[in-house]
Amino acid sequence: MTVTAALRALAVVFVAALVQAVVISSTYVFGGTANLLLVVVVALGLVRGSIPGAVFGFVGGLIVDLVTLDTLGVTSLVLTLAGFWAGRYAETTGRGRALAPVLSVGVITVLAALFDLVLHYMLGEAVSAHQALITSLLPELFLNLLLAYPVFRLVRKLVGELVVLQPSGEVELVV
Amino acid sequence: MPRQRSARSSALGVTTVRRIPTTPMSQRGAGALRRRLVVGGLVLLALVLITFSFRSTESGSLSGAQSAGATALRPFAVGVDRVAQPFRDAYNWTESLLHARSDAAQLRAENARLRQIAIQNQFAIQENRSLRKQLHYVGSRSFPRDYNAVSAAVIARPDGAFAQSIVVDVGSSRGIHVNDPVVSSDGSLVGLVMRLTGGSARVQLLTDQQAAASAIDVRTRATGIVRHARGTRETLVLDRVRKEDVVHEGDSIVTAGWRANGLGSVYPKGIPIGGVTSVGQTDTDFFQQVQIEPYVDFGALDAVLVLVPKTRTAQ
Repeated sequence: MTVTAALRALAVVFVAALVQAVVISSTYVFGGTANLLLVVVVALGLVRGSIPGAVFGFVGGLIVDLVTLDTLGVTSLVLTLAGFWAGRYAETTGRGRALAPVLSVGVITVLAALFDLVLHYMLGEAVSAHQALITSLLPELFLNLLLAYPVFRLVRKLVGELVVLQPSGEVELVV
Repeated sequence: MPRQRSARSSALGVTTVRRIPTTPMSQRGAGALRRRLVVGGLVLLALVLITFSFRSTESGSLSGAQSAGATALRPFAVGVDRVAQPFRDAYNWTESLLHARSDAAQLRAENARLRQIAIQNQFAIQENRSLRKQLHYVGSRSFPRDYNAVSAAVIARPDGAFAQSIVVDVGSSRGIHVNDPVVSSDGSLVGLVMRLTGGSARVQLLTDQQAAASAIDVRTRATGIVRHARGTRETLVLDRVRKEDVVHEGDSIVTAGWRANGLGSVYPKGIPIGGVTSVGQTDTDFFQQVQIEPYVDFGALDAVLVLVPKTRTAQ
């Protein structure tokens, strides 16, 4: 990843984290809120691979935890794994598939919510599974799916997609 | 390696061979190892941060680092908040417009009822003053007389699935401490300061699952504990109300501000919390089920008042 692309990705994550913490997390639609930062991290994983996905997930989570004075590391852990999984999906079977952004955002939103629930439970917080998995998750899933494709295209345009040179199956040797 | 010669290539004298992958196994293995190291390192770092953050005290070194980070990010958060404010206002305005007609009829009826109560209250205040003077009554801190209100803008709202809280743009530099009560601009209870930095504070909302406040029915003096109602975002319940106590729909619930053996509630008495919307009881429950509609719209908080006691002695 070039320095320019890394700086661009960092700027995208920084803005997304602030917008998530300050604006989106208080804008309730159908009783839930979108998770723009998660969608951005997944998109970064898809376009740049697993390592940038994990790194920018960690950074974005850290910014959110700092701004909201939350327990440091919780959001970072969730987003690190989200970015990594999205990147691995792109590196293995997902690259080039038209539905990859929507599919990965959908699956990772559900997995992240489950992981978040377990994490908060393990930290001893009073957690309502109904609130986390039904009341909040269903609208979040819907809104994230709506955001998935536009955000993916925007991130791809701003950061640029990693060009992977596929080795050709055969070469001809002219004797 | 078998040579893959076709009739065409044989005739043309062209040899087609399977190409050796451009990425050797060792290089691919190194890539996988690097990937695992990076993600493993980040996960480990996150776990270390969680552990230290969870165990650290307000004056701990990690709290200091978090405070510095939060302070550095605060201007950006305030900037984003200001940019977003017109859009948020437009969204709230549109949303409120949808409910305006039903709200207006409800407010007219409530206004007529409150006018009656206000007259009765004027009379009760006079009587109360006179009786207190006669008794030389000494009570706990009362709201708002014994508090200075520090106004604060809401600058961030953490994800609401687990914690119901807000972050405000005033902190310890303005004399705010952990556990200082927070009210809305019209004086209704919002919550409690939970974490602090020099320039910002995290406020646990009353709708948080871990929040609770001792409360009293203004009309009937029935007492209980106001908590978050499970399964809903903004409904509260008055818990632990005995079956023999009387609570009516429409009654106002305020903080009780109890005081016993030198200990006292963190909330002063008399802060309005909400109105009773339903009362029920079953044969098997020990207590009544009282639902409260909070006076504060927790989803549309833009500014709040942090109540700083004029004297910090004798909580």
